[in-house]
Amino acid sequence: MGDWKTITVPVLSSDSKSIFQYTSEKKISYPSMNSQVLCLPLPSSKSMHSFYSAFCTEENIEQSISYLNRELTTLGFPSIYAESKGKELNLISIINCMNELLVLQHKNLRAQEEVEMQHLKLGSDMDHLQNCYTKLKEQLESSKREIVGLQERDRQLQSKNRNLHQLLKNEKDEVQKLQNIISSRATQYNHDMKRKEREYNKLKERLHQLVMNKKDKKITMEVLNYVGRADGKRSAWRTDKTDARNEEEMYKVLLSDYEQRQKQLLMENAELKKVLQQMKKEIISLLPPQKQKPKERSEDGPVLSDLEEDIGELKENMWELSCETVREQLTNSIRKQWRMLKNHVEKLDNQVSRVHSGALDEKDVISREDHELETEKLELEIQQCKEMIKTQQQLLQQQLMSPCDDDTTLLLQDCYLLEERERLQEEWRLFREQKKNFEKERRSFTEAAIRLGLERKAFEEDRGAWLKQQFLSMSTDYKHSENVTTPSAFLGSSDQDNRLVKSTSQRKPHCMLSGPVSAEPCQTSRSSAASKKPAADSKPNQWVESDKEEAE
Amino acid sequence: MNFSELFKLSGLLGRFSPDGKCLASCVQYRLVVRDVNSLQILQLYTCLDQIQYIEWSSDSLFILCAMYKRGIVQRDPAPVLHGHRLSSFLTSLVWSLEQPDWHCKIDEGSAGLVASCWSPDGRHILNTTEFHLRITVWSLCIKSISYIKYPKACQQGLAFTKDGRYMAVAERRDCKDFVSIFVCSDWQLLRHFDTETQDLVGIEWAPNGCVLAVWDTCLEYKILLYSLDGRLLSTYRAYEWSLGVKSVAWSPSSQFLAIGSYGEKVRILNHITWKKITEFEHPATIANTKTIVYKEVEKSPSVETERLSFPPTRALASSLFSTQSKYDISQVPVSLQYVKPVADRANPKMGIGMMAFSPDNCFLATKNDNIPNAVWIWDVQKLKLFVVLEQLCAIQSFQWDPRQPRLAVCTGNNKVYLWSPAGCVSVQVPVEGDFQIVSLSWHSSGDSIVLLSKDNFCVCYLEREEVK
Repeated sequence: MGDWKTITVPVLSSDSKSIFQYTSEKKISYPSMNSQVLCLPLPSSKSMHSFYSAFCTEENIEQSISYLNRELTTLGFPSIYAESKGKELNLISIINCMNELLVLQHKNLRAQEEVEMQHLKLGSDMDHLQNCYTKLKEQLESSKREIVGLQERDRQLQSKNRNLHQLLKNEKDEVQKLQNIISSRATQYNHDMKRKEREYNKLKERLHQLVMNKKDKKITMEVLNYVGRADGKRSAWRTDKTDARNEEEMYKVLLSDYEQRQKQLLMENAELKKVLQQMKKEIISLLPPQKQKPKERSEDGPVLSDLEEDIGELKENMWELSCETVREQLTNSIRKQWRMLKNHVEKLDNQVSRVHSGALDEKDVISREDHELETEKLELEIQQCKEMIKTQQQLLQQQLMSPCDDDTTLLLQDCYLLEERERLQEEWRLFREQKKNFEKERRSFTEAAIRLGLERKAFEEDRGAWLKQQFLSMSTDYKHSENVTTPSAFLGSSDQDNRLVKSTSQRKPHCMLSGPVSAEPCQTSRSSAASKKPAADSKPNQWVESDKEEAE
Repeated sequence: MNFSELFKLSGLLGRFSPDGKCLASCVQYRLVVRDVNSLQILQLYTCLDQIQYIEWSSDSLFILCAMYKRGIVQRDPAPVLHGHRLSSFLTSLVWSLEQPDWHCKIDEGSAGLVASCWSPDGRHILNTTEFHLRITVWSLCIKSISYIKYPKACQQGLAFTKDGRYMAVAERRDCKDFVSIFVCSDWQLLRHFDTETQDLVGIEWAPNGCVLAVWDTCLEYKILLYSLDGRLLSTYRAYEWSLGVKSVAWSPSSQFLAIGSYGEKVRILNHITWKKITEFEHPATIANTKTIVYKEVEKSPSVETERLSFPPTRALASSLFSTQSKYDISQVPVSLQYVKPVADRANPKMGIGMMAFSPDNCFLATKNDNIPNAVWIWDVQKLKLFVVLEQLCAIQSFQWDPRQPRLAVCTGNNKVYLWSPAGCVSVQVPVEGDFQIVSLSWHSSGDSIVLLSKDNFCVCYLEREEVK
């Protein structure tokens, strides 16, 4: 933009009219390009300065003044001429305009800085994001590569697996084949064997005939005299009776064997039963406290006692009975006891894990009996409580049975409730209002604090500007300068008000940037500021300070 | 421990009489009967030919001597001499004294003879003819002969119950196996049934006489259990397509049936469900630390600790020429000497070839033919390997003391080895010359053992207190 101005201005010096048009055109575009103007770097102001020196010469002072006037009026500043048609310059208004412009310049610079900061921030963010992006890209790449590698591995393994499967299948086939071979060979062998055996049998038969049939005189027994049987008896004739007797004896032998076996089994059973009984007894003796608890949980009292009795009866009779009749009961009771024992042991394990020292264990052992008592007590209490609950329930039910009474009570209850609710709601409303008030106050406080800070800043700026102005215009009147500085401070404050309008929309807009800058709105703003206590506290001080400075 | 002097012997034929009073031994064609304690000759019989088999009758009144004629097959009509000489002799009975020259000779004629044995009552003789054409039952009481046709030519085709009442015979007819059960008192057929076997190889009664175990050929692992009345109680097959049963042994209580297989395993069946209880493997490496492994090691002859009560000169002589040995307890794991069987030959030297339960049912001794130098003793109550005896030479024979859990082992050298739960000893027989014990047999009282070598025998006397 600066460059553009340096180019345009010489043209402007040669031919003013065309320039005006040109610039006016530019002016129209100016607000739109505001942001670009704000971005102007500081060094360019120097060139601007030099350009200003070239801008106004002895010859074209009039023209430049009118040009400036026009420019300023279009920008919304008051005319720099004293009268509307006169050629006399209003120095005050000029100075005001300049001040306004300088303020604007400052503002723009600040905005520019902010924007630059933002730009930097955004740039760094961008860098960061780009870094992130590249990193993620790399990651993606690497993971892609990994995936490819894994896929490759997977493929290899799969192929390996397939190969192994193939091998396995081959082996299986081989085994099957071999088994088939074996079996076929076995059948063949059996076949051959049978054939051979048949031949052999034929030969044997033949031999038998040859050897046995012709009365071989050699087959003899020479014995001096026959001896008696070992048992002294004579051998009996073979009859059907002997056959029957043989059968009978055989069965006797078998029977006796089975009887013996049964006896053995019975003995074994008896012994096992004895062991079982003993174990049962021991388990029962081990488990008096545990026994009642799980039963209580699982089943009702009377059923349990029945069971108990059953078990007791079983104990007496069971051992004499055969297993079939009592098997179920027996197994059930044993299972139950076993479960109890298991629970007990688990509990004990837990206790042991909790308590390490032996002394505590002893205590535990002692306290177990206490536990029993305690549990009994607790059980009684539970029983009582249950009964209580029952009676209460019964009472309730009775109440429910009488419906009219109930309705009235309900209504009454409802009324009470409504009243209470209303009261509570009112209280709630009050509380809310209070809260709102508090909130408002807090907000105003914060606003005041912010405004104070801003005002202080503006004052500083004003002071700087004033010093500058003093520096620049050495020739101007002391009194004038005094008059100028005071409103500038007000201007700053109004400006801050504008800002606050921007930031907090809730505030009523009593001053606009575009609006004409005059003493009146400034004063109103001052009065509004004075109405708030903290601002009023700080402001006089400032004023005092500035007065002091002025006095100096 | 005392040893007798050496006596001549042929054909490993030395037997204690069942009543434990006499000892019969054979030298070529002579039969010598001695008193067990004094070893004095009580009787001397001379047979017609070389004796190949002897057997005492159950009442110890008779001895059977079998002479199977060998090698004479040249001429068909040539009379083949087959003789059985039965002799009663002096025991304690008077009538034996009365008849010292009583004898009986049975000739099977041209049918030939391959096996002969006593019936349990001691009054009948069962002769199996050549080619297993028939079994002839000769009676000593009456002039009657019974024939049993179609006996099967197999490893163990004839079995008597322990009480002597019944006899089971394996038969083969029309390429099928049968078992016939006879009543021994009158040789009547009680039951006849076919067995589900390809090629039956052996039968064995349970000691209680009510269950008959039947096993198939080694090509198939199959054991069948039949009741006395012919019902099939159970069938057991451990596997297929591999060499199967090699040996079978009943426990004395009839509770267990041990089956040794070519797969180097012993499987034990129970008598109630006839299912397998356990499996005893015979690996070449023993890793279980609870197993005791006794290893026989040779002692140098210079270290002489003579504790045996026999003439010192003889002992000196023997110790000079032979090395002594003792047992060391090896630290497990122990790897035993393993012989790889030849795969392409019939009857490979592998698998459980010998098994014996101790008389009290507590132990089972086995021998795996792949590991010929070791005896495995299993605790039957715990069903675990208890002890392994690792010998320097291959095990020839072992036998349990009939009275207590004590195992005698011989390994074809001049030492006898005894194991009992208390420990293990190796005793050298203090005799001059070569004496390689290949077989042994306990006296029924458990007080002495007859040790047999190819040419000699001696009796080893044990004192009860000493070994206990």
